Amino acid sequence: SRRSSSQKFTAYLHSILNFFFIFLSSWWTEVQMGPPDPILGVTEAFKRDTNPKKMNLGVGAYRDDQGKPFVLSCVRKAEAQIAAKKLDKEYLPIGGLAEFSKACSQLALGPDNEVLKSGRSITIQTISGTGSLRVGANFVSRFHNASRDVYLPKPSWGNHTPIFRDAGMQLKAYSYYDPKTCGFDFKGALHDISKIPEKSVIVLHACAHNPTGVDPRPEQWKEMAALIKKRNLLVFFDMAYQGFASGDIDRDAWAVRDFIEQGHNILLSQSFAKNMGLYGERVGGFTVVCKDVEEAKRVESQLKILIRPIYSNPPMNGARIASTILNTPELYKEWLVEVKDMADRIITMREMFVSNLKKEGSTHNWQHVTEQIGMFCFTGLKPEQVERLIKEFSIYMTKDGRISVAGVTSANVGYLAHAIHAVTK
Amino acid sequence: IMSIFGEVPQAAPVAVFKLTADFREDQNPRKVNLGVGAYRTDECQPWVLPVVRKVEKMIADDHSLNHEYLPILGLPEFRSSSSKIALGEDSPAIKDNRVGAVQCLGGTGALKIGAEFLRRWYNGTDNTKTPVYVSAPTWENHNAVFSNAGFEDIRPYKYWDAGKRGLDLEGFLGDLESAPDHSIFVLHACAHNPTGTDPTQDQWKQIADVMMRKSLFAFFDSAYQGFASGNLDKDAWAVRYFVSQGFELFCAQSFSKNFGLYNERVGNLTVVAKDQDNLNRVLSQMEKIVRITWSNPPSQGARLVAITLNTPELFAEWKDNVKTMADRVLLMRAQLKEKLKALGTPGTWEHITEQIGMFSFTGLNPKQVEYLVKEKHIYLMASGRINMCGLTTKNIDYVAESIHEAVTTVQ
Repeated sequence: SRRSSSQKFTAYLHSILNFFFIFLSSWWTEVQMGPPDPILGVTEAFKRDTNPKKMNLGVGAYRDDQGKPFVLSCVRKAEAQIAAKKLDKEYLPIGGLAEFSKACSQLALGPDNEVLKSGRSITIQTISGTGSLRVGANFVSRFHNASRDVYLPKPSWGNHTPIFRDAGMQLKAYSYYDPKTCGFDFKGALHDISKIPEKSVIVLHACAHNPTGVDPRPEQWKEMAALIKKRNLLVFFDMAYQGFASGDIDRDAWAVRDFIEQGHNILLSQSFAKNMGLYGERVGGFTVVCKDVEEAKRVESQLKILIRPIYSNPPMNGARIASTILNTPELYKEWLVEVKDMADRIITMREMFVSNLKKEGSTHNWQHVTEQIGMFCFTGLKPEQVERLIKEFSIYMTKDGRISVAGVTSANVGYLAHAIHAVTK
Repeated sequence: IMSIFGEVPQAAPVAVFKLTADFREDQNPRKVNLGVGAYRTDECQPWVLPVVRKVEKMIADDHSLNHEYLPILGLPEFRSSSSKIALGEDSPAIKDNRVGAVQCLGGTGALKIGAEFLRRWYNGTDNTKTPVYVSAPTWENHNAVFSNAGFEDIRPYKYWDAGKRGLDLEGFLGDLESAPDHSIFVLHACAHNPTGTDPTQDQWKQIADVMMRKSLFAFFDSAYQGFASGNLDKDAWAVRYFVSQGFELFCAQSFSKNFGLYNERVGNLTVVAKDQDNLNRVLSQMEKIVRITWSNPPSQGARLVAITLNTPELFAEWKDNVKTMADRVLLMRAQLKEKLKALGTPGTWEHITEQIGMFSFTGLNPKQVEYLVKEKHIYLMASGRINMCGLTTKNIDYVAESIHEAVTTVQ
């Protein structure tokens, strides 16, 4: 050994000291306890509750009328078909399963869309909606040097903010929800959008706005598209509920398609968690509409560079299921019916909720419940009222008064109406 | 219209995938793919482990299962059984309730979450300047994972001695000594990628000594447990030794190779902390990172691994399947060396059987590699790394002869 004896002795002392230091302390002493996730925290509390009448209206996962998770029949069929093929498990390309990405873009844009025909867009498979937003946020952060600003509707899905922030963007907001009407603040939105600096990124919920359930009407979308064009903003659509909102996949994608037609080269995140019930399989897509094929190729190459150091390549199972459904005519037809059934059940629950409130004698205006769309309903309840619902009735929802209508069934809608009437009369 | 993306440059393709793409396009009937790291049978086919097919069917037939979200940190029974695989069934650290885990998307995902956590919380709350050391050479994605996580100072530590075609222990220890205290070191748990050269147990002890003395952080990358020697415990020796010495460490585990579940993205970040309280705070912060990266992990692969690891007969069958793969690789190593010796190929070829795991650093130089790719349609990485799994009893003669040609005709 080339170390002198005094160096060895110092090293020995050092190691004794370190032994005691390390024995007593940890690397992680300064690590703070992270706050519980507000939405998942609701489910945790719900699980602990022993009240037989308890209701979980927190997390946005569809439940059938028995309150059970629902595996779509077309999914089961697709799974059986896939199993029979005995496919191997080789790595997917970084951008994912090609047949999936193609079908994913066709679903969103319509198969006859000029963008798809010209090849001037790129769609890649992502880790559901979150993964798609994250890749999109990273892409914008790295390549959209004209602005650091991302404008979210007020309010927006809670996870939008930390995703964009962690990617290095600054978060701003535009008016969206009007608590006075529990509806769309169209005037406020236009006013705020007209002031957004050019080239900022603007996030739009394509349909079934989360958490409010409030969507613009087509003529309102048209005005927004024109104004956003005038302001020269980069549009980033988040579409997590296509088909799930109205029951009609074309109707739900209307805004996305119209914006493209109006000349917006959009960014688009899609999720198949809800509309195919593939939550835990993590199926999603990210699309960039470009100027031309050449640009799409450059963008694709950079998306791959972004993805490789996060997770290398995406998981196969869910994408294979989704691709089989989208690309097999009988399964696709069956899927459209099942998605409509899910959407219809939600719509029915909304109607029953309101009629039960009326039966209870509530004199409040509950119109917004049936006007809002999708899985969530912004009830308009205040935090104190939400607290009472949780404590006195074991009905769990997030503090902002958002309920997941998917958690409502014909068996418990009466109880829900009774409880809400009790805290609002 | 001016495009927002007008200035986006074309990125170079990831080398290892480009290699496979070129291989696919090649029409030559003798072509051999010694590039990407995936197991192949002697018929040069991908191999879905028999135990995997069995468990897949079990899952498919179980209609009580659904596709609901997993918890953010993943499937609990997957996380705990995976950590047991890494640390041993009887791990004292597990008994002390100071071991936790995060289910991640493959080994890459586990490295990612670990790196993101370390950048935020390791030594103070801003570790962008904390040096991260990766072996020279190392898996090409290590650098990108850590730099994308925000680390600005990524350095090589001496590892591969090209002259003697083995481990440069002196250089390695020297770099450990000269590293700033609290630096992060990415260590390959076994079957080093790309060199196939692992430290001996005695060498690991020396490495651990210095790391403990200088408070260097051990971040193990374990992508080949079981696959290297054919024995799970043997392949986990280094990680377990470090734990026994009192290190708090991370171990990024991949089940891509040892379960053949490449495309299901099954990985586990095992966290060993001083005690349960520290562990819980670490996991709570990792949860926040996961939530803004992929929200929660994919369920299929984790279910499959969890069922296998937690069912004794299936676990035994899996170990057997793993040994099958490891043994075929060992056989190819032995045969390649034999043939090169028989051909009288200049140089020593002992390293082919001394190295371990899927890869071998042949020692071929870039010109020789180019010769093999262009003239012989044998695809390997520019570094001279070959995937032993690409060799079969049918192509090994052609490969040996071609290597012989390359070495003797190309300088």
